[in-house]
Amino acid sequence: MGEHHHGPAQGISRWLFTTNHKDIGTMYLWFSFAMFLLGGFFAMVIRAELFQPGMQLVEPGFFNQMTTLHGLVMVFGAIMPSFVGLANWLIPMMVGAPDMALPRMNNWSFWILPPAFLMLASTLFMEGGAPAFGWTFYAPLSTTYAAPSVTFFIFAIHILGVSSIMGSINIIATVMNMRAPGMTYMKMPLFVWTWLITAFLLVAVMPVLAGAVTMMLMDIHFGTSFFSAAGGGDPVLFQHIFWFFGHPEVYIIILPAFGVVSQIIPAFSRKPLFGYASMVYATASIAFLSFIVWAHHMYTVGMPIAGELFFMYATMLIAVPTGVKVFNWISTMWRGALSFETPMLFCIGFLILFTLGGFTGLMLSIAPADFQYHDTYFVVAHFHYVMVAGAVFSMTAAVYYWLPKWCGRMYNEAMGRTHFWISFIGFNITFFPQHFVGLAGMPRRIPDYALQFADFNMMSSIGAFIYGASQLLFLYNVIATVVAGKPISDEKVWDGAEGLEWTVPTPAPYHTFEEPPLVPKPAGTI
Amino acid sequence: MGRVFSGAVLAFLSPLAAAQNQINMSPGVTEIGADIFELHMLIMWICVLIGVAVFAVMFYSIYAHRKSKGHQASQFHESTKVEVAWTVVPFLILIAMAVPATSTLLEVYDNDEAELDILITGYQWKWKYEYLEESGEPVAFFSNLVTSQEEIYNTDEKGDNYLLEVDEPLVIPTNTKVRFLVTANDVIHSWWVPEIAVKRDAIPGFINEAWTRVPEEGIYRGQCTELCGAYHGFMPVEVHAVSRDEFDAWMAAKRGAAAAQTQLAMQTLSVDGLMDLTGKDDG
Repeated sequence: MGEHHHGPAQGISRWLFTTNHKDIGTMYLWFSFAMFLLGGFFAMVIRAELFQPGMQLVEPGFFNQMTTLHGLVMVFGAIMPSFVGLANWLIPMMVGAPDMALPRMNNWSFWILPPAFLMLASTLFMEGGAPAFGWTFYAPLSTTYAAPSVTFFIFAIHILGVSSIMGSINIIATVMNMRAPGMTYMKMPLFVWTWLITAFLLVAVMPVLAGAVTMMLMDIHFGTSFFSAAGGGDPVLFQHIFWFFGHPEVYIIILPAFGVVSQIIPAFSRKPLFGYASMVYATASIAFLSFIVWAHHMYTVGMPIAGELFFMYATMLIAVPTGVKVFNWISTMWRGALSFETPMLFCIGFLILFTLGGFTGLMLSIAPADFQYHDTYFVVAHFHYVMVAGAVFSMTAAVYYWLPKWCGRMYNEAMGRTHFWISFIGFNITFFPQHFVGLAGMPRRIPDYALQFADFNMMSSIGAFIYGASQLLFLYNVIATVVAGKPISDEKVWDGAEGLEWTVPTPAPYHTFEEPPLVPKPAGTI
Repeated sequence: MGRVFSGAVLAFLSPLAAAQNQINMSPGVTEIGADIFELHMLIMWICVLIGVAVFAVMFYSIYAHRKSKGHQASQFHESTKVEVAWTVVPFLILIAMAVPATSTLLEVYDNDEAELDILITGYQWKWKYEYLEESGEPVAFFSNLVTSQEEIYNTDEKGDNYLLEVDEPLVIPTNTKVRFLVTANDVIHSWWVPEIAVKRDAIPGFINEAWTRVPEEGIYRGQCTELCGAYHGFMPVEVHAVSRDEFDAWMAAKRGAAAAQTQLAMQTLSVDGLMDLTGKDDG
């Protein structure tokens, strides 16, 4: 092609019309952070209401709108787009490609997100209020008994699904076609592997979610009865369809997090990732199992016992590959030369807390015990241990780890560590007591509770305010870094970091790898 | 705020508060409840043991293998033996967990040979109980929350059973296998009483089964556990387990009241008769 170097366009058109994977990655990351703050604000409303027994701040109906929007915004607005943003920034740089395979589609898959969330958020101001049926939107509460705004919710979900599917196709196409010569599959960084598998999961299950919401739309507006027993349908059918999407969805959220941790732990252990191949196989096994365990969310719906047993055994099996991953990470640290910069701290936090979430997951997989755990705060504690301390902690680690590469400036390490410790402590004050109240019998999704749960709920709320506030510190640290951080120019920001993204100049230029790089490392070394 | 905070601190420190800040599942009063509790504790302790072992290795590494102490990184990165071992051993542990889990599940599902059938119907936002018996006047009633709005909106002191008290509790006899047929009238609800370890979703158009045999007399409280709309948090379950004699007496009284009700509804009244009837009520 010869000389065709150009920088970004000027002004707003740079962002509106960009096809550059770095620009799009940046937009995804900022967007998801904005959604994280919005979803976090909803969580603060929830915790403020639950601070004491009795109704103080909001009405029960509005409380349900808050729990619903909190879940939807965090899952679809904060966590998923943040990992897509990370994929955009990193996958081309990690496989030695100049950009994503389908750059124009890439622009489109980002730009349909903000309108979708604008529409979702606007339901708060509609007559009858926002969706108030939980992020799992079980029919018929979400169909016959829902506020009119449910139609907007359905449209928003459709758009998010389209965005995710386009993003995934792009990732699959990039990984399959654009690897630099010598970058064989078994040499790809684990982050690329986990995202490749995640992208297949997304392509497989987002259409199922689209099917579910379309059936809802038909039930609401066109006289069908998919989910209404009165017309020959079945409300439980909704749950089967939803969780056939929903269970892979939780792995869609956590697998890229596994990928991030598998990049960062070796870097700060100054030692290659232990068991690279088994990590890849474990990821693939988890992805496969994720399709055959969905009904463990539905142990109490009255399935036949054969169904209960099947889903219980299949779910328990997930502990094996997940265990392999945890053991591999710890073996990677074993006899390394460890240092504890902020990204590593968040990864160790991830390792401890995600493992705790995994243990409670194993407990929940035991069907008879789940009759006592199901839909209590024990479940809330469990999934926040894997979603927040799993996905969000690893995402935070990723930002601290790659931010210096992206912007050529170093973040404030002391502030980063402070952010970690406040987050870690705040998180545990929030969610650890929720195990207790759940086991003691507090149902989830209630705006008011019996008096015996009062102390732990107050503790939980205090923890939530601490955790919430610590994210503002994170925001400040990132902005301060981007605007006025200490400039750095080493290609390798971290002495233990390995991979192609650390071979390009710092800050990463607008275009990288216009010529395919040489792939230097032998297999098994990240 | 200061008072609230010191209250919270006191509550944590005070041994008196121990009963209220329950931190574990209750074994409850039924055999199945106890089995589930044992299962829960077994799995939890297995997890704790594994967790302690895994974290011990990790923290030792964090302590001993620091760069700041000058530890040199080793470069090993695989070992088929260890990797096979930590795939196979957890698998065996899982099998050990699956055995008691399966037998407890079979017990939970053993709905046959009930001595008393009760139809439970979830409504937004109350429960309806119907005693299904072949003969006699049918007994059915709604069970509503009685906690006052003043308590909920903090203008009145909250009672001991705040949000867990109803106007008409479900009454069942002790030492009797009671089968619950659970359904719903509008959206999905879920009927849960932790102390007797019964939780079943109430699904409109479908009937689920669950059962219990309560050995001890007592009052057992629970709540709806499936989000069912705005007042999901305000439809508690209250079960009174009473002796067989007491139950029979209660049932007879209920039947009598139901019969009187039916009779009243079936009457054909003259205008004077109606006037008499309403006059009597006024008096």
